[in-house]
Amino acid sequence: MLLALAATALVALALLSDLIVPRIDDLWSRYKAHRRRTPTWSYDPGRERRAEARARTLLRSCVNEEEWGMYRDLGFLRVWGTLADGPDDVGGTGGAPYAYLIYPHRPIVAYLAQTHRLLNEYCVTFPDETRPYGSARLPDSDDVLAKWMALTGDERRLIATANMHLPGRQLDPAQVRRDLWRLSQWERARMRQIAGGDGPDRPADRQSAA
Amino acid sequence: MFGQFWAPRTLGEPTHIWHNPPVRFLRMKPGHGEVLIAEGDVERAEDEQRLIEEFRRQLDAGLWAAVPVSGRQGRRESIMVRSFEEIPWDADRVIFFPRAAGGR
Repeated sequence: MLLALAATALVALALLSDLIVPRIDDLWSRYKAHRRRTPTWSYDPGRERRAEARARTLLRSCVNEEEWGMYRDLGFLRVWGTLADGPDDVGGTGGAPYAYLIYPHRPIVAYLAQTHRLLNEYCVTFPDETRPYGSARLPDSDDVLAKWMALTGDERRLIATANMHLPGRQLDPAQVRRDLWRLSQWERARMRQIAGGDGPDRPADRQSAA
Repeated sequence: MFGQFWAPRTLGEPTHIWHNPPVRFLRMKPGHGEVLIAEGDVERAEDEQRLIEEFRRQLDAGLWAAVPVSGRQGRRESIMVRSFEEIPWDADRVIFFPRAAGGR
């Protein structure tokens, strides 16, 4: 009698093993995962502010006084293009001067300096895959500095690396034109102050970074 | 390579003087800002070797390296360097930052 019951139990176990074994395996994996300490980084606004303060200091030490004032007051940087006929993918600028606007963590915008015609948006990122605090994203001012260094150091390579889009894909063209107008006003005010012998203004920091 | 300049003497030929400004390697890091990863005087053999190794390690890790410099008429720009030998002789820092990638 016992032998028959044992044999029946063994057969039942064998038949049910397909169902039982994966479930046991799954439970064991969950148990191990629960015990494993995985590093979790919560967002720390204080840490991010300190990082941004360091990044702003580094940016300020790299760019000239005018560029620093531009970023401090307007929240973006302008870098003049150096390629004779503009970026490769705009079909030529006919030798007209062009420049880029660098925003933190937004696309770089190329435009013609005289007409303010927007040429292209260049989407580029500098992801740090080591993710030291759980994020691959550099502080805003480091992102601007990375773009500035890459553009002034090797414009062609950065533009070739970036994903090119027509104006308006991410940045509102009206907003960019407003920024260009703000830039021209800012430059006029600065020139007036320099001509007046007051030197460039130093209003309180206000960051309109996106 | 670094810090070489000529100091004219009052009499005779210029004397070859080595000036040794330390060069600093800085790396941008998310959540932190820049981090000093190496510093040294390239006129000292052990420092230079350490800097060369650190430079290679950073580039092997996929980072780009740039040296901010002053151009003509006060214009600032940067030089992208792909080898240790390309670092300008008067550079006081090299900034490493993540390689650019096409964004969305």
